[in-house]
Amino acid sequence: MKFASEFRDPALAKGLLSAIAGQVDKIGASMDQPILIMEICGGHTHSIFRYGLDKLIHPAVSFVHGPGCPVCVLPMARVDEAVALAERPEVIFCTFGDALRVPGHRKSLMQARAAGADVRIVYSPLDALELARCAPTREVVFFGLGFETTTPSTALSVQQAAREGLTNFSIFCNHITVPEPIKVLLDDTDMRLDGFIGPGHVSMVIGVHPYDFIARDYAKPIVVAGFEPTDLLQAALMVLTQIAEGRAEVENQYSRVVPEHGNPVSLAAMADVYERRPSFEWRGLGEIDASGLRLRDRYRAFDAEEKFAVGYGAGAKPRVVPEAEGCACGAVMTGRIKPTACPQFGKGCTPDMPLGALMVSSEGACAAYWHYGGARPVPAG
Amino acid sequence: MCLGIPGQIIGIADEARLMAMAEVSGVRRAVNVACVASGPLTDLVGRWVLIHVGFAMSVIDAEEAERTLQALRDLGQVQEAMDAMAESENALAAAR
Ligand code: SF4
Repeated sequence: MKFASEFRDPALAKGLLSAIAGQVDKIGASMDQPILIMEICGGHTHSIFRYGLDKLIHPAVSFVHGPGCPVCVLPMARVDEAVALAERPEVIFCTFGDALRVPGHRKSLMQARAAGADVRIVYSPLDALELARCAPTREVVFFGLGFETTTPSTALSVQQAAREGLTNFSIFCNHITVPEPIKVLLDDTDMRLDGFIGPGHVSMVIGVHPYDFIARDYAKPIVVAGFEPTDLLQAALMVLTQIAEGRAEVENQYSRVVPEHGNPVSLAAMADVYERRPSFEWRGLGEIDASGLRLRDRYRAFDAEEKFAVGYGAGAKPRVVPEAEGCACGAVMTGRIKPTACPQFGKGCTPDMPLGALMVSSEGACAAYWHYGGARPVPAG
Repeated sequence: MCLGIPGQIIGIADEARLMAMAEVSGVRRAVNVACVASGPLTDLVGRWVLIHVGFAMSVIDAEEAERTLQALRDLGQVQEAMDAMAESENALAAAR
């Protein structure tokens, strides 16, 4: 490890690593009985691999990668629905680049585009809104993706569209929330998790209190963290310190960006535009109660599912959702196995020929292992 | 998509729509500042903000901005955001 060049503050990183070792000794953890810390956010997973934190940290601490990559947790049926929307001749389908290459049953959005569908990559829902203004005879559908970090942006865009009276703009809403799947993992008696590193930028929007149940009801520590390597080491140390001292609390390592109660304007816009769906399907986790958002009745005209009768929308056909054969996306997504344990990893599934979103999204765990893992199988020949 | 990128507010783009001009890693683009504006938009000029998919979500200080940019550069996320902005510009230019 090129310690000095990789870390802006190598002395700080070294200090944190030895403090971590001290707490591990206090807890009495070993390689056979490691402490399992789940980092929920896919951005954290990438940071951990980019800086090799999984190798630098005491061997009795293991990072478990959580379901915090919004493209990865989309079931294939949702990708199929996105493709079906994109294939409508009147539609301009706008998506973040991350979702372009995610495979559906028939095809990915990229393949749909190659076959003539009008699929455009946008950086922001505001750009989709501008497209709708520029192309009044077309239907602009924005692929609303993401956790609480990106939800306010679509909420504010819908409010803006409503103010302007735009009638050719709608959202295919796949916004999901972080706390609910964590509860599912904690209720799973097969899962052993000792603590959590909480997502920084999600928490900037929702604050730290939505995680209170993790400490209160499940007696597990959770520390909200930033994305720099020393942030993550500091957060791991804070989790371990809580365990060593027999505490379980919600702590905020990233208070320089995360306010305790979140961002009030974002929260107000989300509350105005969205309501919880009774349930929403997650790849690898199945239907989870109240884990997805949809547009409220007063914004129904901007809901692509209602407008085009797809997905959960009124009049939509029931969906069948078998996943690709031989892939272990669900097990990887929920931290049950490491990506390299998937039989397809590096064989049937690579970034160029992905079977699952985890291999293509910039936040997916399989992509992180592939790019930085060193565990990549040496290609034959 | 989930990681914000720091940018500096350099002017006002569209007061009524709460849009400001930001400079992100040398590239200019209009961003929505509804979530960080507590007074007149001109108060934001010169400040650093964390921008998520075109929306300023948090005001940060210059040092935090620099550190975050470095971390995002290491993760390849700066290039990704820049590419996405450029693609978006192309999509819009074709429609205008
Ligand atoms: S290697 Fe491919 S198929 Fe296997 S879990 Fe990862 S994305 Fe899914």
